[in-house]
Amino acid sequence: MTEQTTERMTDSLDSGEVAADLKGKSQGALVRKRFFGHTGAIVSLVVLALVVILALTSVGIGGWHGWWKFRWTDTPPLQNGGRPTLSLFPFSLGEHPFGQDSVGRDYFAMTMRGTQISLLVTFVVGVIAAFVGVVFGALSGYFRGWVEAVLMRLTDMVIIIPVLLIGAVIGYNTKSGVVVLGLLLGLTYWTGMARLVRGDFLSLREREFVDAARLAGASDKRIIFKHILPNAVGVITVNTTLLMSSAILLETSLSYLNMGVKAPDTSLGLLISQNQAAFATRPWLFWWPGLFIVLICLCINFIGDGLRDAFDPRQRKISLRRMKETPREEIDNRLEGSLLAANVATLDGARSGWEDGAPGVGHDPDPRDETK
Amino acid sequence: MASYVLRRLGVSLLILLGASFLVYQLVAVSGDPLREYRESNRPNKEALMQARIDLLDLDTPAPLRYFSWLSGAVKCVIPGQCDLGKTLQGQEVTDALSAAIPSTIQLVLTATILAVVIGITIGIVVALRQYSVLDYSVTFMTFLFFSLPVFWVAVLLKEFGAIGFNDFLRDPSVSVTVALAVGLVAGVIWTVLIGGSWKRRGIVFAGSTLLTAGILWYLGWSQWFSYPGLGPGIVAGLGVGIAFALTALLAGLRNRKALYSALIMVGLAVVAMFALQPLLEDPSVWLVILLGIAAVGGGLLVGRLMGGYDRGQSMKVAALTSFLVAGLVLLDGFMQAWPEYFKLTRGRPIATIGSETPNLNGDFWITGVDKYTHLVLPTISLILISLASYTRYSRASMLEVMGQDYVRTGRAKGLPERTVVVRHAFRNALIPLATIVAFDIGGLLGGAVITENVFSFKGMGQLFIQGLDHQDPNPVMGVFLVVGVTAVTFNLVADLLYSALDPRVRVKA
Repeated sequence: MTEQTTERMTDSLDSGEVAADLKGKSQGALVRKRFFGHTGAIVSLVVLALVVILALTSVGIGGWHGWWKFRWTDTPPLQNGGRPTLSLFPFSLGEHPFGQDSVGRDYFAMTMRGTQISLLVTFVVGVIAAFVGVVFGALSGYFRGWVEAVLMRLTDMVIIIPVLLIGAVIGYNTKSGVVVLGLLLGLTYWTGMARLVRGDFLSLREREFVDAARLAGASDKRIIFKHILPNAVGVITVNTTLLMSSAILLETSLSYLNMGVKAPDTSLGLLISQNQAAFATRPWLFWWPGLFIVLICLCINFIGDGLRDAFDPRQRKISLRRMKETPREEIDNRLEGSLLAANVATLDGARSGWEDGAPGVGHDPDPRDETK
Repeated sequence: MASYVLRRLGVSLLILLGASFLVYQLVAVSGDPLREYRESNRPNKEALMQARIDLLDLDTPAPLRYFSWLSGAVKCVIPGQCDLGKTLQGQEVTDALSAAIPSTIQLVLTATILAVVIGITIGIVVALRQYSVLDYSVTFMTFLFFSLPVFWVAVLLKEFGAIGFNDFLRDPSVSVTVALAVGLVAGVIWTVLIGGSWKRRGIVFAGSTLLTAGILWYLGWSQWFSYPGLGPGIVAGLGVGIAFALTALLAGLRNRKALYSALIMVGLAVVAMFALQPLLEDPSVWLVILLGIAAVGGGLLVGRLMGGYDRGQSMKVAALTSFLVAGLVLLDGFMQAWPEYFKLTRGRPIATIGSETPNLNGDFWITGVDKYTHLVLPTISLILISLASYTRYSRASMLEVMGQDYVRTGRAKGLPERTVVVRHAFRNALIPLATIVAFDIGGLLGGAVITENVFSFKGMGQLFIQGLDHQDPNPVMGVFLVVGVTAVTFNLVADLLYSALDPRVRVKA
């Protein structure tokens, strides 16, 4: 009996909490709060930050040499067959923590340099693709008509052009460096984003607040930037993250096929490609870059997952027990209050690509709009 | 409807034209086709260069060259008239393609089907147990798989899957410690999977650990890894298990007619195993396919003859059971060919590269085993990387459906949980997945390029990469044409499928 009462009491407390954290906070504060409540995402954010700091400070950027004693181009004499000297118990780095490659270059420095390059390419691809995708998606979703027809057909065309081909072209003309590589890859990688943003704009432009703004005499520009875009920011953020996580895999794959980053510069994919034959004799040459790729990609994916949970309250963890205690309608109302307009297209829900940490960036099975 | 399809096809054709023009130009600027001669010191360098210039028609600017390619490609609409040019080695691109497409399709199709089936199963199970240990571990695993670069996985698979396993096969005995270790892993997996009260978890853990370890040790001790096989006893045992499992899943064990028809099919399959023995000594592929169809047909017939208030269920269960048991019989056949294949490959059966052992002569069983040992590693790596997305999609979709009102209605009117999940929720959760799968099939043909490259699998990816390496536009364009046409077609299929499956989505002509 007593137990039951306590349970009921905690429950009402819980539902009070639900009300409390939905009341009187700005959208941004809510999203931030939910994001910081996502352990996996926070841990990933910290790990990713550490990786970035490590990669930037150890071998330095530009003219700065960083705190690590070797450069990725130095060839100190081979010690102990180039075996890694890193030991965790007791912790010590030793002379060459990640070992040395066959000519004696310090593999830690090389991996760090590779991480820098891979991160740089990923970042550039993410920014460019997100930008182009948002512009295309926003224009075609908002204006519809011939603008949409032209832009979307262009999107369809870019989708079927193999990325490898772009890689090959850049690989041949890559005197200009990795930023150009990222730039051009970004210019072919925006299609998924464009389709998703378009879908979002299509549903948002039919909403009452847009009608209200239009009636109040707002210009198209103002409606897009002040009314619709802020509501689509969830889709855009989450997708940019996911896009970056697949961009790092794309960059490493291209470099692996000798089409992306080329020697003397290095990237994580190129390191694996150069050393895969040595797996039997020098396995560490193969393990370290791979581990860094997986680590970075995993972190980005988890951050994306956390962002999605933060932006998409429909996937919130509300325990069934709480739901039973609180009248259904009340919960619905509360959720509605916090529901981003971005996710209202319920039918799109499971398919809108950002439901998922998947390569959903490319998917836009939204035939309703195609088939009007 | 028809006018909608026609319009879409027309637009697709224009898109293909535009994209192919772009691709042709990109190939042309992707490198210097004369590089290999420029660097050589051969005395007849000039003549060779001139020959290459003539061959690739390099004096014509690339945008114009495209049209001469196009005039050949357009003829592909008429069967037998296809002219996609020749590769640098002088092979007709159409011939090269028709050699490459089947092996790529085989690879991609197996991998996709397995990834879809496994991925959806995991996704559904996980969705039904949201926020459990299982859910969290699967979520972590899917993120991990999704973050794996395929070429890295491929090298690891070669090292541990092929070389390690081949070394193990040289002396295939399992020590007690290894058996126990594997048993413990299996125990943890089963415990997490089945869940329940702590007592039940304990029993499941102990039982599955001991059972797995015992079976593994016995298999090693009895030299099963050198001379594998199932035999009628195990086929019958597994078949009965399949029959019960499928009935429980699809019809409920209270539907005795379904259960009996499935069991009858298991019995028939074991009888057929003996009766067809001479026929199965060296069958042709068609015979095997025919027998598979016969198995399904027989199941449908038995289910129908059993009658009852819901014949459909019996038919479904019986057909599926008999198909799976027929698969077991087939597997047994391949297993019996294993020792001979083992000898033929000099003790290294799992291949790391290529799509078949050169100069291998053998009957249906030997060549079959050969095909599978070559397919196994690329298939696993393709599955690993595509599994994650299917799991995530089906989980999200199932969660969405489970929250719908009609599911609550189903429960409220007293339907058993099985019916609610399998008949009401599962089917509707599959609708968005159908479109995603259709999209993926469109994209997959071109998506296996890296996998094919790592495993030296002779498919379209190889053709593409090799063409690209030598700035040879014809094979690249050939592959692009095949991939592009499939992508465009399956996009259309996906849209039509969606509106067919979900009548709320209308295709307006």
